[in-house]
Amino acid sequence: MENTIKQYTAKDFKSDQYVRWCPGCGDYALLNTLQKVMAELGVDPKDVATVSGIGCSSRLPYYTSGYGFHTIHGRGAAVATGVKVANPRLTVWQITGDGDCLAIGGNHFIHSVRRNVDINVLLFNNQIYGLTKGQFSPTTKKGFITKSSPFGTVERPFRPAELTIGARGTFFGRVLDVDLKSSHATMMAAAAHKGTSVIECLVNCVIFNDGAHSWLSEKETRYDRIIILEHGKPMIFGKNSDKGLVADGFNLKVVTLGENGITEADLLVHDAKCEDFTLQMKLALMEGPEFPVAIGVIRSVEADTYDAETESQIAEVQSKSKIKTFDELIDSCEQWEM
Amino acid sequence: MSTTNKTEAENVVIRFTGDSGDGMQLTGTLFSNLSAILGNEISTFPDFPSEIRAPQGTLGGVSGFQVNLGASKIYTPGDDADVMIAMNPAALKVNANGIKKNGVLIIDTDSFQKSDLDKAGFTTDNPFEELKLSDTIQIIPAALTSLTVAALEGSGLDNKSILRSKNMFALGLVCWLFNRPIDQAIHFLQNKFSKKQTILEANIKVLTDGFNYGHNLHLAVSTYLVDKSHEVPKGRYTSINGNKATAWGLIAAAQKAGLQLFLGSYPITPATDIMQELANRKDMGVKVVQAEDEIAGITTALGASFAGSLAATNTSGPGLALKSEAIGLAVMAELPIVIVDVMRGGPSTGLPTKTEQTDLLQALYGRNGESPAVVIAANTPDDCFHYAYMSAKIALEHMTPVILLTDSYIGNGSSLWKLPKLAELPAITPNFVKPGMEGIKVTSRDPETLARYWAIPGMEGFNQRNGGLEKDFTTGAISTDPLNHQKMVDTRQAKINYISNVIPQLELEGDKSADTLVISWGSTHGHLMTAVNNLVKAGEKVALAHFSYIHPLPKNTEEVIKRYKKVLVCELNSGQFATYLRSKVPGEYKQFNKVQGQPFNVAELEEAIQLIIKN
Repeated sequence: MENTIKQYTAKDFKSDQYVRWCPGCGDYALLNTLQKVMAELGVDPKDVATVSGIGCSSRLPYYTSGYGFHTIHGRGAAVATGVKVANPRLTVWQITGDGDCLAIGGNHFIHSVRRNVDINVLLFNNQIYGLTKGQFSPTTKKGFITKSSPFGTVERPFRPAELTIGARGTFFGRVLDVDLKSSHATMMAAAAHKGTSVIECLVNCVIFNDGAHSWLSEKETRYDRIIILEHGKPMIFGKNSDKGLVADGFNLKVVTLGENGITEADLLVHDAKCEDFTLQMKLALMEGPEFPVAIGVIRSVEADTYDAETESQIAEVQSKSKIKTFDELIDSCEQWEM
Repeated sequence: MSTTNKTEAENVVIRFTGDSGDGMQLTGTLFSNLSAILGNEISTFPDFPSEIRAPQGTLGGVSGFQVNLGASKIYTPGDDADVMIAMNPAALKVNANGIKKNGVLIIDTDSFQKSDLDKAGFTTDNPFEELKLSDTIQIIPAALTSLTVAALEGSGLDNKSILRSKNMFALGLVCWLFNRPIDQAIHFLQNKFSKKQTILEANIKVLTDGFNYGHNLHLAVSTYLVDKSHEVPKGRYTSINGNKATAWGLIAAAQKAGLQLFLGSYPITPATDIMQELANRKDMGVKVVQAEDEIAGITTALGASFAGSLAATNTSGPGLALKSEAIGLAVMAELPIVIVDVMRGGPSTGLPTKTEQTDLLQALYGRNGESPAVVIAANTPDDCFHYAYMSAKIALEHMTPVILLTDSYIGNGSSLWKLPKLAELPAITPNFVKPGMEGIKVTSRDPETLARYWAIPGMEGFNQRNGGLEKDFTTGAISTDPLNHQKMVDTRQAKINYISNVIPQLELEGDKSADTLVISWGSTHGHLMTAVNNLVKAGEKVALAHFSYIHPLPKNTEEVIKRYKKVLVCELNSGQFATYLRSKVPGEYKQFNKVQGQPFNVAELEEAIQLIIKN
């Protein structure tokens, strides 16, 4: 029997445009992964809308097939909300950066997360403004020297996980540009999640902030410094899968399997679906060198989505109302003959 | 039996004034609607304070509602009142200049005690003398408060609710004064308070007592008879305010175009009613996103436009400022969207509840880059429907943002509206891509109108990328080529200019053979037309050209203006339309301007126009 579901390849999701990011930019790997994910999801390119704001990463819609909208600085979340609410049948991806999403677009970001509109947000975090050539962003580490902070920044950075979960986010994941397998799995999970799925993508800007994530990225030590979380699996990490996380009072602690009688059974098991975000937040905020940085789906809980609620409210009101057309609306108003 | 005389009048102006808690807006609305049902022309002007709640009885808290009832065509809520109801001394003081010589003033004597006079800043115990009204007006003193309390004795209502009913006593009294049966008012109250039986009964009782009070007291004033209007075309009518008419115009356009209506909006005085009306129309499938700010109001709408909806956003001046970057995106991406600006006093927060025409240049030019958009202005509360509909039609057919300017005066004011049928309205054909065009570029456009073809997500064969960067005219790819940019800038302007072919030509009113031409635009039409008609009747020679289409201008604009020796532009700003006209049709324009948060009055216009005619 013929398979009626069309199979797509990543190529079906590439546009005819030449990709213009700097050689070595972390965005390339994420674009490739996204195109593979889009193909695997099996959604026709014509039913995919990719929306962005302004910044290096926001050029991404030009490089995907389907329908793309490169909008204005910071407003991608609001535009994407409009696209999805207007036509919930579309698969909507929002591409944004740490400046676009968390500085100028901060308000739209927290409100799209709060409303839980069913969109997938890729937040490219390189901790710098790249397109304007090297100013600090809301995620730049305190004290960091940039062109606009020649003596180091004096401000505290946002941590995207805190902001997302604080805005009642239902999905938060994190990926590292160079780690393709976990990026792929996390994007697939984000697409499957109903609601605003936020993925913080740790990307390297080779020109203005090279090596911002190199402590994590280096091949030799990468798996000692990140932990790839999977729902329902014990929290094991390390090149030799010999390290893990346990609870230590209200804190987390890194342990080595086999030392002091520690076995896999002693380790915490990741529960991304837990409504209470206490442990998820602790995991999301782990930093080196004491802790590994969490990668993968950190939180994924169910809640009503704004777009579906809008549709069902309209359907409910329509089922009860006698007014269906403009002429009926006119007939319904207080009126008299003159 | 009442023995009072009855005066027949062509039109009568009534102003209800009181504290913002006195229910003057409701009283005025009920009286206007019941008069309209009895066959009168109406034009209303609600004028309320922007204070959250000023201290009771003070000047800052005075709320007013003026209505002009006509037995023939009327175009304005009138200048000064024939009959004024002042519920307290503050209301009297604020409105003292607005009562005609020999006008009738109804006051609530219970609220004219020493402490009330003090609160309103009167220094003597005779406010009428202090305001120099004693010799010129007839006063009907009525103890509205105590009569209301007496009417509701034993009703079981609490004191606060009893006092709040005194506006119904005033309404009853006014119904008597205008020979209006109160049945219709009772019918309205039944609709309004259908779920609050006690309040309903109390209101009806007080209303009836108010009517009987006038009837039984043999008051020595003449009552008014305003006959049914004989100039209204036959048909079904309702009374509608401009904000509701705007909302309904968008609803009608969406159905005519076969599209879903989407409004992205953020609450702002005096535009919020449009959002509220549309939020209530889920039965018609209208989607309303109350966004986190003005910017998200328009950008959610632009997202919906990108996805294929009839998209709109509504706001007032400060909100328009915030939306300007996104309007530029709509210009660049050539997406249809209607931006309704219900103008109010500015700049900044300005006078939120008052009316002005001061956003014109912002609408025309308030964006970065060469960023032409269509600008249209509605003239009356009821024609907000027509212009909202036409704004949507032009946006969808010409792929452009359209800014519709209304204002607080027509947004909140009401007029009679002849109910339309959808079939009577002009067709709307969005400029969608057509079968056979598959593979065309995002910048492909109709060769005649230059409107870009609209492809929406979900359409097979038209996948494309749009955005705010300049695009190549032919390939649609992003481009910084100098000559291409010039071509795109010129094309976007030419696309807007083309629209002058589809909008109506300018039509002159008044005496076309005059030397003097008066020019107006938007909501001042009624006042200008009345002033010009009065002057022509009085033997003066003057013509009126009124603009609703601002950008582009009607095709015959230059030809019309050049016919006249003297041109006077009247507008509620410091000369914005005059400035615009000077750039489009160079010549000498005299100006008459007023920026007081209030509409023109006819008398001041007549005076200004006469001065031009004579000099």
